[in-house]
Amino acid sequence: MADRLYELTIHELGELLRSKQVSAREITQSFIDRIEAVEETVKAFITTTPELALEQAAAVDEAVARGERLGPLAGIPAAIKDNMCTRGTLTTCASKILYNYKPVYDATVVERLASERAVFLGKTNLDEFAMGSSTENSAFFVTRNPWNLNTVPGGSSGGSAAAVAADQCAFALGSDTGGSIRQPASFCGVVGMKPTYGRVSRYGLVAFASSLDQIGPITKDVTDCALVMNAICGRDPSDSTSLDVPVPDFTKSLVDDVRGLKIGVPKEFFAYGTDPDVESAVRAAVDLLVSLGAQADETSMPSVDYGLPVYYIIAPAECSSNLARYDGVRYGLRALSPSITGFSGAGKAGIVAMFEQTREQGFGAEVKQRIMIGTYALSAGYYDAYYLKAQKVRTLLRRDFEKAFEEFDVLITPTSPTVAFGIGERSDDPYAMKLADICTIPANLAGIPGISIPCGFKNGLPIGLQIMAKGLDEETLIRVAYTYEQHTQHRARKPEI
Amino acid sequence: MKLTTQDIETVAYLSRLELSEEEKEKLTGHINRLLENFEKLQEIDTSDVEPTSHVIPVYNVFRKDEPRPSLPVDEVLSNGPQVAENCFVVPRVVET
Repeated sequence: MADRLYELTIHELGELLRSKQVSAREITQSFIDRIEAVEETVKAFITTTPELALEQAAAVDEAVARGERLGPLAGIPAAIKDNMCTRGTLTTCASKILYNYKPVYDATVVERLASERAVFLGKTNLDEFAMGSSTENSAFFVTRNPWNLNTVPGGSSGGSAAAVAADQCAFALGSDTGGSIRQPASFCGVVGMKPTYGRVSRYGLVAFASSLDQIGPITKDVTDCALVMNAICGRDPSDSTSLDVPVPDFTKSLVDDVRGLKIGVPKEFFAYGTDPDVESAVRAAVDLLVSLGAQADETSMPSVDYGLPVYYIIAPAECSSNLARYDGVRYGLRALSPSITGFSGAGKAGIVAMFEQTREQGFGAEVKQRIMIGTYALSAGYYDAYYLKAQKVRTLLRRDFEKAFEEFDVLITPTSPTVAFGIGERSDDPYAMKLADICTIPANLAGIPGISIPCGFKNGLPIGLQIMAKGLDEETLIRVAYTYEQHTQHRARKPEI
Repeated sequence: MKLTTQDIETVAYLSRLELSEEEKEKLTGHINRLLENFEKLQEIDTSDVEPTSHVIPVYNVFRKDEPRPSLPVDEVLSNGPQVAENCFVVPRVVET
């Protein structure tokens, strides 16, 4: 038993721990050994913290010895996407501009997991500042998909999804601005949830696009997803956009029953070069749910066609403003050159040269491009044509979802039009790269929750099923996802690494 | 509406990015392609539509104006590239 603990889920490990069949130290050591064995191949982590993890595990064992009652995450090893602040541990956002940044406070989600006595194994790789769909935009290295090392893990939370798929952690946190939890979860064959905007505090999440960003869990199954949601959701005075609404016990939604539920299948989500095998796997999943008592109908959401342009105006606009803080003054990289240090007059030297050179050296190509687009879209004369127009079309998209949810309890679509693509395959084709997020972007624009769960394989690569529900109705999502999972065997298959 | 390299230089200055010639050229082509995609939005009539800046109806969130503990100065400065006398040091900003 004890030699393959790393393969187990949170709930399986928790049972072993609470019944004292294994210690938290044994669990943590098992994951540390696993990381040692496969990390060179997968490259999911920017930073690992084995000493900290063993210390935290020892504290859990002491609590067990004292007879304390433990919560479901106590002693469970987790990985955190490297854009969430961890006090005293490097938080780089996979960017050169933050290569040496050690936060002096914890993100609220990190604090919440720590108070549940979860164990921290390290910080995972991502596209620089979460901008990308493949984790190839990391300034440090490319993460590989454990199912096929020549393919990408998806992105931007590719390190988190790959680490869960490769059993390098029991669960991970990701962040999702346009699909960055769900799409890599789909590519790596794991479960990824983007909660309703405002469910989870963003305090300590390095901001990319503040009206779209949301933190969520990446787990091995739906039960674990519910357990992590219970820990991270809730109002936080440090994030004024976190919602002051009751948080249900999401494990109560782990119910194998979809009788009477109405499923909408919006045709626009199948229109962007969807792989026929992905489409048939998704439709087969809908058929299975119908055979279990749900009703399904085709529907149409015309404004979804505008999701991509709306997103690629709003997200860069917010990013250009959020990333203005990286100026070489208070943290991270500072460029040094004679034009900066030898300044002795006005003009483009001195502090302006320091800003410009720091940002030029510190940001990668994709980040610069988005800052430029955002700055342009917000600049005088173009604001109405681009930014304001995009915000108005965003309203239309929200209305389409509101209308759909008057009729349906959930919407089911592919998570991404294809399975994982090859490393380097789309790097020179930004439009093809962005298409990978075409099915996930609408949920961010509307602020609604979405989950991706495995629903089949193509050429040995996982296919993801996306389920969306109206705002704050993660309970129905979990119920549908759980029911589907109980009647399928996709979870039993593991990548061979 | 097509951006010229000169427009790109203006936007780069607003963005505080010192781009190389190669980057300027690449970005000009790339941003122009994206702007073409954005044109699609002009098809839609949005004259009676309110813009969405945030999806949740939260406007002003207030708390009591009471002092709370804040981060110690040495911690705040701990990531600074150059610090002295409890301050971040920057190149000279004003002319002498």
